[in-house]
Amino acid sequence: MSICAVIFLVVFSLIVYAAVKYRKRPSDDDCEPPQIYGSNQVELAWTVIPILIVVVLFLASARVIHAVEDAKFPANAIEVTATGHQFWWEFEYPKYGFVTANELHVPVSPIGTSLPTHIMLLSADTDHSFWVPQLAGKTDLIPNRRNEMWVEPHEVGTYVGQCAQYCGTQHAKMLLTVVVQSQDDFDHWVQDQKSPAVVSAQVAEGRKVFETNACMSCHTIAGTPANGRFGPDLTHLMSRGTIAAGAATNTKENLRLWVQSPDAIKPGCLMPAMQLNDKDVDVLVDYLMSLH
Amino acid sequence: MADAQPILPPMVISAERENSRPLVQVLHSWMVTVDHKKLGLMYFMYGIVFLVIGGIEASIMRAQLAVANNHLVSPETFNRLFTMHGTTMIFFAAMPIVFGFANYLMPLMIGARDMAFPRLNAWSFWMSALGGLILYFSFIGGFGLYGAGSAPDVGWFAYAPLTAPAFSVGHSTDYWIIGILVSGFGSIGTALNVLTTIICMRCPGMTPKRMPLFAWMNGLMAFLVLVALGPLTAAQIMLLIDRYLGGHFFDTQAGGSAVIWMHFFWIFGHPEVYILVMPAFAIISEVIPVFSRKPIFGYSIMVAATLAIGFISLGVWAHHMFTIGMTSYANAFFVASTAAIAVPTGIKIFNWLGTMWGGKIRYTVAMMFCVGFLCQFLIAGLTGIMLSAAPFDWQLGNSYFVVAHFHYVILGGIVMAVFAGVYYWYPKVTGKLLNETLGKWHFWLFVIGFHLTFDFMHIPGLMGMPRRIYTYDASRGWEMWNVIVSIGVVFQALGILFWVINLVWTHYKGADAGPDPWDAWTLEWHTTSPPPEYNFAELPVIRSRRPLWDLKHPEDPDWKYE
Amino acid sequence: MAAATITVPPNEMPLAPSYRGKVGMWCLITAESAIFSIFVVAYLYYAGKSISGPTPAQVLDVPWFNSICLFSSSLTILIAEKALHQGQVKKFGLFWFLTIALGVIFLIGTGREWYGLIYHDGLTISSSLFGTTFYSLVGLHAFHVIVGATGLTIILILTLFGAVKQEHSAKVSVFAMYWHFVDAIWVVVLSVVYFIAR
Repeated sequence: MSICAVIFLVVFSLIVYAAVKYRKRPSDDDCEPPQIYGSNQVELAWTVIPILIVVVLFLASARVIHAVEDAKFPANAIEVTATGHQFWWEFEYPKYGFVTANELHVPVSPIGTSLPTHIMLLSADTDHSFWVPQLAGKTDLIPNRRNEMWVEPHEVGTYVGQCAQYCGTQHAKMLLTVVVQSQDDFDHWVQDQKSPAVVSAQVAEGRKVFETNACMSCHTIAGTPANGRFGPDLTHLMSRGTIAAGAATNTKENLRLWVQSPDAIKPGCLMPAMQLNDKDVDVLVDYLMSLH
Repeated sequence: MADAQPILPPMVISAERENSRPLVQVLHSWMVTVDHKKLGLMYFMYGIVFLVIGGIEASIMRAQLAVANNHLVSPETFNRLFTMHGTTMIFFAAMPIVFGFANYLMPLMIGARDMAFPRLNAWSFWMSALGGLILYFSFIGGFGLYGAGSAPDVGWFAYAPLTAPAFSVGHSTDYWIIGILVSGFGSIGTALNVLTTIICMRCPGMTPKRMPLFAWMNGLMAFLVLVALGPLTAAQIMLLIDRYLGGHFFDTQAGGSAVIWMHFFWIFGHPEVYILVMPAFAIISEVIPVFSRKPIFGYSIMVAATLAIGFISLGVWAHHMFTIGMTSYANAFFVASTAAIAVPTGIKIFNWLGTMWGGKIRYTVAMMFCVGFLCQFLIAGLTGIMLSAAPFDWQLGNSYFVVAHFHYVILGGIVMAVFAGVYYWYPKVTGKLLNETLGKWHFWLFVIGFHLTFDFMHIPGLMGMPRRIYTYDASRGWEMWNVIVSIGVVFQALGILFWVINLVWTHYKGADAGPDPWDAWTLEWHTTSPPPEYNFAELPVIRSRRPLWDLKHPEDPDWKYE
Repeated sequence: MAAATITVPPNEMPLAPSYRGKVGMWCLITAESAIFSIFVVAYLYYAGKSISGPTPAQVLDVPWFNSICLFSSSLTILIAEKALHQGQVKKFGLFWFLTIALGVIFLIGTGREWYGLIYHDGLTISSSLFGTTFYSLVGLHAFHVIVGATGLTIILILTLFGAVKQEHSAKVSVFAMYWHFVDAIWVVVLSVVYFIAR
């Protein structure tokens, strides 16, 4: 970028200089200025110098490309398989054996060691792109193709990104949250995610609403008959800060609104309005809020 | 030496007065014309109409994006708007304008009476026009006027498999395919005509090395159209086969590849932008010398650079695909080819600078637009170089940084050159001079608006804002920049308004231009303004690149130095 | 203003109209080649990648007879062109007709091949990647043969009415270029579909 800034300053000043100095002045006579047709030396100079600049830029880029794309992963790298859907993210941790959605947790890689997270990128429907600017460049998720990328964050924190390849009506609200945690916190989170869904007798009614409506044909709740793959895994829904891939915060009001009328939050998304009566919605939301 | 003069025929004043004929007859003569000048004007006006329509689409989008979480338009409508905006601007605004300039001016500049195939010329225009009408019919077809009707919403590059029948229900995508397919045939016809005319119909004495750069660059543009439009046509036929005959070209569920669409599209798409920019270079290469009062610096190098750009441009397409997971070798190759194209492009900028250097620059409005072009195209090229570095593109590709970059090229470069061309050649086409004061208002309003919008647009891109989103949350910190970007639109619109006022005012009250108001040197200035239908009573015979210079300066003709 | 004329060397004179026709036709051939190239690329890219359905080796036989007919038609059209150039309109008409006949035989042969593939082998445009790319590429070529044959027929009819004479030989040759191009494309399609990727 600095090379470009320098080039810009040099050429721009030349243009401005020429534009100002060689103005026709009112005092000028009407004869034409010297008719110069060209100059081979000048042409050579301003051909060779750009070629050199281009070569330098190319070599610098090629080095980074190789370092990123051909990186070799240590055996302890975290493995995640990300599958893009219209309009949410599915994250599977094959080594740990659980699936979650929209919120990706990775351990921090302390300075001095190397603990990257290796992400396989697949798509269930059309093209998407995984972009969390503060962590890495974007890589696309393309159906019938396996792409991969890696992140190696050195600072704990929550990083926001979103889908960066137009994928349909609600492309704008396909947000990504990446939570970078200390090793202990990450292990703790993994343990939580591996456990089956919380079962509570208080929300049995809501659970019945869930299991007797179409909910279970799209969503999975581990340890229950619900094993749909079309929508996000809800086993630990309440461990996430947002719902609908970042379209709304994960609160009771928003959950209620989402179930009743998804189009109010994310018009054009693929979750249908469930047409439940108020009482059913209430107990259902209570059930969902129990899924920690 | 009188016997070494070029032979330029005396100018004939046309006695025909069209105003006295009934309107129906006048309109009919335009509908059936095969005259390259009338067709050129029709192309141009058609392009301007769609430029305004595309601008309105952009303005609605900017209004929606000025406020976080806005509800001005629904996501469905917004998605149709950005698809139509891109498709319209590229295929139905920019290309017709470019063809309009080539059609009108190129035969005059090479001393020909018309294009090589006048009837094909007319057919090509009407095919292009039909394509635009088909595309715009989509707004009212299907579901009617509600929510932008059935207009396509798959983006102007229509990536698979979003365009598959499963994801693109109804006919909106088909309007996109067929509108462009039909106008594509027209484009190929025009390109064929332009190239054949340049090769076969130059006036006596005009060897290729004496041809104006305008002709060279439009000739290259035509060649690129012939080579690059085919891949798009082929890909669209394949998509139609997928959508209607159950084909699997891009059907990922059946083993098809989404990536191959990207390859085919961008094999067209990248040369396409050179097809748009070459004619802009052509205009600049004619206007700067005249107002600097010097010949173009390094004519032969300019020709070589033009050809180099044309050929390299066929090999850079996958820089639009850096993020799709190609191998490091493929990525590196496209970094190299893309960066390489900067060399001949830079050479051109330096040559234009060299033309101005040591000259006596007259700041007519046309020249002001040229200087603006130089500065802005320089910046556009540099952001392009930045993006050519794949790792940079991995962050900034598909973000508002890219949107800012390509609008910088198109609006800051191509459109500025078009304005320069209009102010320069309007007197030739109509016989009247555009008003310089109104022109200056046009220039400054437009430039201010352009920079407000597109300088600041780079920032949300750097902050992580992707393209093609109908809204965003206030917490991302993008709102302030989006507001500035949107305000710039107002100034640009005002600038265009002043331009239109200028065009209309001049029609009624403009000063007479005469045949050669700028004291220029190429052949189009050696006929009346406007030229008679047959262009030249006798074909000119020339001896150098600037036949009118030779005529005006018999003591110091160009051919002594060439 | 100038008094004496300059003599301009012949190669600097504007080129004659018939040359225009040839250049224009080359431009068209360039554009069409670009379209065909993409279909060939798709065919090669998807070769061997079909998930199901018959493979090329199983169902494709090299269409020797058809190809010989089409290639011969380039010869007959060349003879026809030369005849017209020399003013032998009847000979021109005869060989022109033969060209059309050979083209039609090619089309009939293609039709029969497709009939067999569809109804006996179950290969359709939607059955697999091979089916899609095969019918598209061969079909696109056949479409161009049909267009060419139609144009040839129109010229034949005009000839029968006596409207085509020796002075038209340059224009006729331009059209013949299109026919040669269609033949050249068949060389490519034949090699790719029936030899390279089988």
